[in-house]
Amino acid sequence: MRGIRWLLLKDLQILRRSPLQAVLLVAYPILIAVLVGFAISRGPEKPRVAFLNEVPAGTRITVGGAELPQANVKGRICSRVECLFVSDREEAEAKVKSGDVLAALILPANLVNKINSLSTLTPGVPEVEVLVNEENAVKAELVDDRITTLLAQANLAVARRIGSEGGRYLDLIVNGGEFKALGGSFHILGLRASAKILEAVTPALPPGLQAPLKEVTAFAAQARDNLDVAKPLIARLAQPIKVDKVVVGGQSPPLEIFAIAVAATLTLAFVVVLLVAGSLALEREENAFPRLTRGLISTNGLLGEKVLLGVAVGLVVTLLMLLGMQFFVPLELGRIGLWLVAILFSGAALGAAGAALGAAAREVRAVSLLAFMVTLPIAFLSLVPSGAVSPAVFDAIRYVTALFPFKPALQAITAGLDETGPGIGGPLLHLAVLAFAYAAIARLALRRFTAV
Amino acid sequence: MPQQAALYRRLTVEENLLLFARLEGHEDPRRSAEEMLELTGLGERRGEIVARLSGGNQQRINIAIGLLSRPAVLLLDEPSVGLDPRQRSRLWEFVSALADRGTTVIFSTHDIQEAERYGGRLLVLADGEALFDGPPAELREAVRREAPEAADRDFETAFVAYLHHRGH
Repeated sequence: MRGIRWLLLKDLQILRRSPLQAVLLVAYPILIAVLVGFAISRGPEKPRVAFLNEVPAGTRITVGGAELPQANVKGRICSRVECLFVSDREEAEAKVKSGDVLAALILPANLVNKINSLSTLTPGVPEVEVLVNEENAVKAELVDDRITTLLAQANLAVARRIGSEGGRYLDLIVNGGEFKALGGSFHILGLRASAKILEAVTPALPPGLQAPLKEVTAFAAQARDNLDVAKPLIARLAQPIKVDKVVVGGQSPPLEIFAIAVAATLTLAFVVVLLVAGSLALEREENAFPRLTRGLISTNGLLGEKVLLGVAVGLVVTLLMLLGMQFFVPLELGRIGLWLVAILFSGAALGAAGAALGAAAREVRAVSLLAFMVTLPIAFLSLVPSGAVSPAVFDAIRYVTALFPFKPALQAITAGLDETGPGIGGPLLHLAVLAFAYAAIARLALRRFTAV
Repeated sequence: MPQQAALYRRLTVEENLLLFARLEGHEDPRRSAEEMLELTGLGERRGEIVARLSGGNQQRINIAIGLLSRPAVLLLDEPSVGLDPRQRSRLWEFVSALADRGTTVIFSTHDIQEAERYGGRLLVLADGEALFDGPPAELREAVRREAPEAADRDFETAFVAYLHHRGH
C-alpha cells in the first residue's frame, strides 16, 4: 500500500505538471457530455409562427348556457410553436411571405360566436385561418402537425361540451324538468311523465279510444328507452376512440435525468479510460515499468494504483459535473450515496478496461488514440434504443455493449440519480464482473512489459 | 541498470530521487535524495524537470536511482550510448567516483577505448565467445602481440585487427 500511495502522488504530480493535458482530459469529455446532454434533453426546434388573435378580449365560449373553462389559447399554441405576435392580417401575410415565419395562425373575430352557435338550432362553422410558407418541407410539415394537433384538441373540447349539452336536452325530453331560454324558464313534462299520465287516464276513456291511446303510450315508452340508449352514444361521439396506455416493460426515468446520466457516464468513461490507459502506458514509455516491478511494487499493486488514480479523478470530475448540472435540472441530493456507489463501481470497471487498453500498446499517444477509438463507438452503441435498428443488429449491439462497462455504468448512474429507473443492483453486479475480467486481462497483458 | 534512463521526465530531479527513495522504503527519503544529489553533483539543478536535462545528466540520475537500493554490484548496460564527449566524460567521472567509494561496477560497452580507459578488468566477448579476460594493459599487450601489423595504429583499429586474427 505504501508503494501505491507514492505512485499515486507521482501520477498526480505528473498530471499537475501537464496543465494542458489535464484540462483537455477533463474539459473535452465534459464538453462532449454537455453537448450530448443538451441534444438528448432538448426537443425538436419549435417552428416560428405569426399569431393574430382577432377575437375580442373577454369573449367566452358558451355552450348551452354554460361557459367553457378558460382555454388559454395563446399559452397552448405558444408552448408548441414559437409565437411572433402580429397586429393585423397584412403584417401576418408579410411575415410569412418574407420567410420570417413559417406560418401565420389567425383566429378571426367571429370565431367564438360561431363556436357558441354550435349548440343552437342554427349552428355555424367556426374557422381558423392558417397562412403557410412551405419553402422548407420538413418545417412546413412540422407546422401542419402542430396546428392540426392544436385544432384537434380544440375540436375535442367543444365536441365534449356539445355532447354533454345534447345529453342534457335528451335527459330533459325523457325525464322532464326546467328549460331556460330567452330569459325565461319553461317546464318540460318529459316522456316518462307523459306515459304515466296517459296510462292513468286510459281506463277512464271509452273503449274505442283506449286502443289508439295505448299505442301512443307504448310509443312514449319506446322513445324513452331508445333515447336513454342514445345518451351514451352522443357522449362517445365526442371521443370515439379512447387511448388506454399500458406500460408492459422498461422503466424509464424522466428524459432530463437520463440526459444527465448520459453526460455523467460519458465524462466518467473518457476521464477514467484515457487516464488509466495513458498513465499505464507512460510507465512503459519512461522505461520505469521494469524498474518498478523488480521489487518496488507488484504488478497487481501497480495495476491497482492506476485504477485508483482513474477512479479518484473520475469521481471528482463526475461529481463536479453533476453538482454543476444542479443549475439546470434539480437532482435529488438525498441520493448522493447512491451516486457515489454508482460512480465508484463504474470507475473501477472503466479503469480496469483502461488498464487492459493501456497494457495493449506501448506508447501513450497510441494508447490514448486506442482508448478514444474504443470508448466513443461503444458509448454511442450503448445509446441505441431497441426498435431503432433491426432485431438481429440490436441483439449484436446488446452483446457488444455488455462486454464494455459503459452501458452498465450508464444504468447504474441513472438508477443512482432517479428512483423511477431500473434498479441499481444488476448494473453494479455487471460492473463488478467486468472489473475483475478486465483486471485479469490487463494482468496478462502486463506480462509482456515485465518480460522486456 | 537499463541502457535508456528509467525515470520520470516530467518530474524534477529531486522528485524522482524522492519517489524512488520512498518506494525503496528508506527511513529518511529526503536525506537519501540529498545524498544522491550530492553524489551526482546535481544539487543545484534539483528543481529542474528531468526532460530538460542533458542525456548525460539524465543517465547520472538514472544511476543514482539505481544506487538508492544500495546495491553491492552496479550493472550498467551501455551507459554512455547517445551521449556527447562532454556528457560521457561527466558520466564516467561519476561512475569512477562510485567505484572509488567501494561499489563494484560492471558495465557493458561497444566502445573499446571507453572500456580500456575506465575498466579495471575487461572481458571481451565476440559472437558469444569469451576472447579475453584481464586488465586493460594485458589486452593492449595481447592486441600488439596477435596483430602486430596494426600495432602502430590507434587502439580501436588494432583491436579490430586482433578480432580478425581471432576469427571474428
